[in-house]
Amino acid sequence: MSSFTWKRVATTARWMGMVVTGSLILAGCGNNETTGKVTLSGSSTVAPLAQVIGQQYESENPGMEIDVQTGGSSRGISDATRGLVDIGMASRALTPEEQENLSPHTIAWDGIAPIVHRDNPVTELSDSQIRGIYTGEISNWSVLGGPDAEIVVVNKAEGRSTLKLFLHYFDLKNSEIAADVVIGDNQQGIKTVAGNPYAIGYVSIGTAEFEASEGAAIRLLPMGGVEASTASVSSGRFPLSRPLNLLVRPDLSQASQRFLDYARSAQVADLVKGQFFVPIDYSSAEH
Amino acid sequence: MRAGDLLVQSLVLFLAGVAAAIVVVIGVYLFLESAPLLTGTGMLDFFRDQRWYPLEGEFGMAAMLAGTLSVTALAMLLAAPVGIAAAVFIRYYAPPAVAIFYRRLLELLSGIPSVVFGFWGLVVLVPLIAKLEGPGASVLAGALVLGLMILPLVSLSTDSSLAQVPRNYWLAGTALGLGRWAIVRKVMIPAAAPGILAGMVLQTGRALGETMALLMVTGNVVQWPSSVFEPVRALTSNIALEMAYATGDHRTALFVSGLILLVMTAGMVALAALIQRRLRRYA
Repeated sequence: MSSFTWKRVATTARWMGMVVTGSLILAGCGNNETTGKVTLSGSSTVAPLAQVIGQQYESENPGMEIDVQTGGSSRGISDATRGLVDIGMASRALTPEEQENLSPHTIAWDGIAPIVHRDNPVTELSDSQIRGIYTGEISNWSVLGGPDAEIVVVNKAEGRSTLKLFLHYFDLKNSEIAADVVIGDNQQGIKTVAGNPYAIGYVSIGTAEFEASEGAAIRLLPMGGVEASTASVSSGRFPLSRPLNLLVRPDLSQASQRFLDYARSAQVADLVKGQFFVPIDYSSAEH
Repeated sequence: MRAGDLLVQSLVLFLAGVAAAIVVVIGVYLFLESAPLLTGTGMLDFFRDQRWYPLEGEFGMAAMLAGTLSVTALAMLLAAPVGIAAAVFIRYYAPPAVAIFYRRLLELLSGIPSVVFGFWGLVVLVPLIAKLEGPGASVLAGALVLGLMILPLVSLSTDSSLAQVPRNYWLAGTALGLGRWAIVRKVMIPAAAPGILAGMVLQTGRALGETMALLMVTGNVVQWPSSVFEPVRALTSNIALEMAYATGDHRTALFVSGLILLVMTAGMVALAALIQRRLRRYA
């Protein structure tokens, strides 16, 4: 056992004190405009876009750190309202109650469309057919012109805006849906449908087009007769489109304000298009 | 007592106290947050109702409890025989080099993060099961992934329990003319049984708390499973899916489910300690 002396305690304490003081000073150096951290959480549809915008912002503003987490639109609204994150992300418009605490700023437009496996021969489904599939009335693909197999219904978990908008469009309650698999993030949904030739799900058009371009085995189906693509969302013909919003509280920090302005500037138009979303009209975006 | 001893003793006691306090604080916090819904008459409804539609005011946890228990039970049913067999192999049948390598392999398996198992399950196992029957995401998928996670530790704890059996048990068996398998089956395993069982019970406790992997492969449909190929939702996955945005009664209900999980896990730990103490046959 090494000898214990009070002198050694004092030396150790002095060294530790120096280390602690030094790091506190260095940490204090970070509290100005050009270095800082902006945290975002919420919709898994908006998250990839926020991530790439954040990366471009970080490369143009060294010292800034943009931290993006998913968890669903409801989480984004809840976290932003409670001050757990700087900016919330939601893939829908806010209700009047929600707007009492947060103001939404749209950074892109997107649509929701059904997806099936790439090898599924079915090319189009009417609204009533989709409704029938999700309530369980239609349970076999053969009724719809597909193979003789049970339809595997993929639904989104509660708290996701994609679910909320889907239910609203088809005038359904979540308790009326007979799902076979319930998924959280968009990515889980796409992997589930890509892994099962008899699955059907619904997902953001931008996310689906992006993943399909990267080789995922899924295919978007038209909705209400309108082809599901960024072009039809952009032209306004697509029946189920939604804004992708960043949500901020009235007391947002300067760093967050600058990031928000950046995300609504024409500098990110290419990034938005790269994720297969529809860019907003940057000339009219208020600052 | 010398000053040095006093200092070290105080420090150690303080740290131990902090660790214990954390557990107590978590337990008390869970209890307090669940309190609004823990009235005498309301309690049974959690265990009776199968309908979980929190945004419509229905908080029935029976189906999710069944989901958690069925996946855990099946996982242990699959992992225990394989784990014990692997331990027996390492200890009594494998050449020393193979045994060391195999043991390292098991330790490696136990170190793989659960999310990796979940991801592998989602892209490989679920489509494979889907070819057999149903949506693929199911009790079976969850049990297989969970079984893989608890297998190495069941095996390693069995191995160390077997190692603790006194050597003269083996010698006595040989002296009686028993063959290798007979000694293992009739002498060593029964002697190590308390340790083996305790290891299994502890791993069951861990399996009860597994979240991410189950979230990805069980399908997350709130229903009572009528076959292993049907999707279920575990209590843990439910908390992960909904806690971030739940408010009011919904949030309280999630805390109740968390409390149920804590009580079950604590029960497993107590059971393991009980087994160790009551069934001990050698000093």
